[in-house]
Amino acid sequence: MESLRINFYRLLLLAAIIGVWQMNAYFGWVPKFFVGNPVDIFSKIFSWFSFGSIYRHLGVTLVETLLSFVIGAAAGVTVGLWLALSPTWSRVLDPFIKAANSMPRLILAPIFAIWFGLGIWSKVALGVTLVFFIVFFNVHQGVREVSPVVLANVRMLGATRAQLIRRVYVPSALTWVFSSLHLSVGMAFVGAVIGEYLGSAAGVGYLILQAESIFDIDTVIAGILTLSAFALLLDWTVSLFERRLLVWMPPRS
Amino acid sequence: MSQSVEIGNVTCSFKATEAGGLLYTAIRDVSLAVQDGEFVSIVGPTGCGKSTLLNVTAGLLRPSSGSVTVFGEPLNELNRHAGYMFQADALLPWLTARENVSLGLELGGMAKTEAAGVAQKWLNRVGLSAHGSRYPYQLSGGMKKRVALAQCLVMQPKIILMDEPFSALDVQTRQLMENELLEIWSEEKMSVLFVTHDLEEAISLADRVVVLSAGPAACILAEFPVEIERPRDVTEIVQSPRYLQVHKEIWNCLKVEVLKSHARSRSGAN
Repeated sequence: MESLRINFYRLLLLAAIIGVWQMNAYFGWVPKFFVGNPVDIFSKIFSWFSFGSIYRHLGVTLVETLLSFVIGAAAGVTVGLWLALSPTWSRVLDPFIKAANSMPRLILAPIFAIWFGLGIWSKVALGVTLVFFIVFFNVHQGVREVSPVVLANVRMLGATRAQLIRRVYVPSALTWVFSSLHLSVGMAFVGAVIGEYLGSAAGVGYLILQAESIFDIDTVIAGILTLSAFALLLDWTVSLFERRLLVWMPPRS
Repeated sequence: MSQSVEIGNVTCSFKATEAGGLLYTAIRDVSLAVQDGEFVSIVGPTGCGKSTLLNVTAGLLRPSSGSVTVFGEPLNELNRHAGYMFQADALLPWLTARENVSLGLELGGMAKTEAAGVAQKWLNRVGLSAHGSRYPYQLSGGMKKRVALAQCLVMQPKIILMDEPFSALDVQTRQLMENELLEIWSEEKMSVLFVTHDLEEAISLADRVVVLSAGPAACILAEFPVEIERPRDVTEIVQSPRYLQVHKEIWNCLKVEVLKSHARSRSGAN
């Protein structure tokens, strides 16, 4: 009952925002040129989905996001495990990794565009640089956080070094990766969209870029709303996966 | 009877990082022999190096000097005859109770389904037949200890090292577990080295109680045979005259050490 009431208020608030927005378009308090109007924006979105022209762009953005995530996460897990388990290399590479991570990643977009062209791979490269570090640091943390008692226990049960890695270090590291899944998938998405926005031939970021160049504010906002909805959907899917992958964790209260 | 473990003049020192690299000696010149199938309790004040002694016996820690012999052979790596039940929670949180128990078997190369079958048998044995699919966070403190016990027993070790395994449990659960441990021990007849700071627990379980002095550089002060007939019930044993007598003897010896350790920790705190 309580949640029903809350949802009702939420809907009311949303309707009020859209109403004021639309009234602004009618009375012209702020020029429509700058803020657009809901009716045009939603009809734009509606036509995108009903005529199906948006699906190709959404598909491209999705593929870029998934590829960035998979490649970045695989690299992050591999390098994270390797460095966490070999202290010497970890110390040698430490300043390099810190320097690479402190670099503003967006600056790399033009370089990736030159290297990989305007297709999906320059966006994937940008996403990978974002995802890699999140996963890397989490894996590193995960390996370091392994309880020494658990390690001693598994050793006493007869584990070899390889078995220790497979049965203790990797699951512990993956826990940290899974619990940062929202962040890393989100970053992959950001990488894809920003990459598209900085130069591309397809994708939702590309649609926004195109609309912006002809000052079509309605299409820009329609693109942003579509992206937001898509990001929410992605986040929700991640939650589903997360619950399956982390069944052994006490539910967060 | 043959000897399962023989600890000969073992000294253990560490570089204590907090003390600026000074050498800290946990145990000094400890010698102890455990017979095959014998239940030995080790008592001593907190921080006296009881766990160090177990870690040396497990092979997790190299002694600075002295020797450890297991079934007549010098111990140079991990003690393959020993199972270790830790004081802290040592279950793998991402495995179910059954997977935790079968882990050791799988590491040894047993097929998964077969290992799961054996694990289930041990879960039944410790009274957790219905809880095999639960994850550790879904189990109570007592249940986790049962899983840990099964995890250790499934390997059928000839020696079991126990480091205050029941110290975190409430009194009733603890006595229940102690009785179950005695029952399993009487069937399996392995040697047990049981470390505790609780004198009652030490006496009611063991054939022999070994008293360690207050650390640092703890050494063995005395050994007391318990000589109370088995099977025992730990809830009733405390009323027997023999128990009271042994308790008094050991306490007289232990009291001084506990006070010493207490005084030391207080002066350290001020």
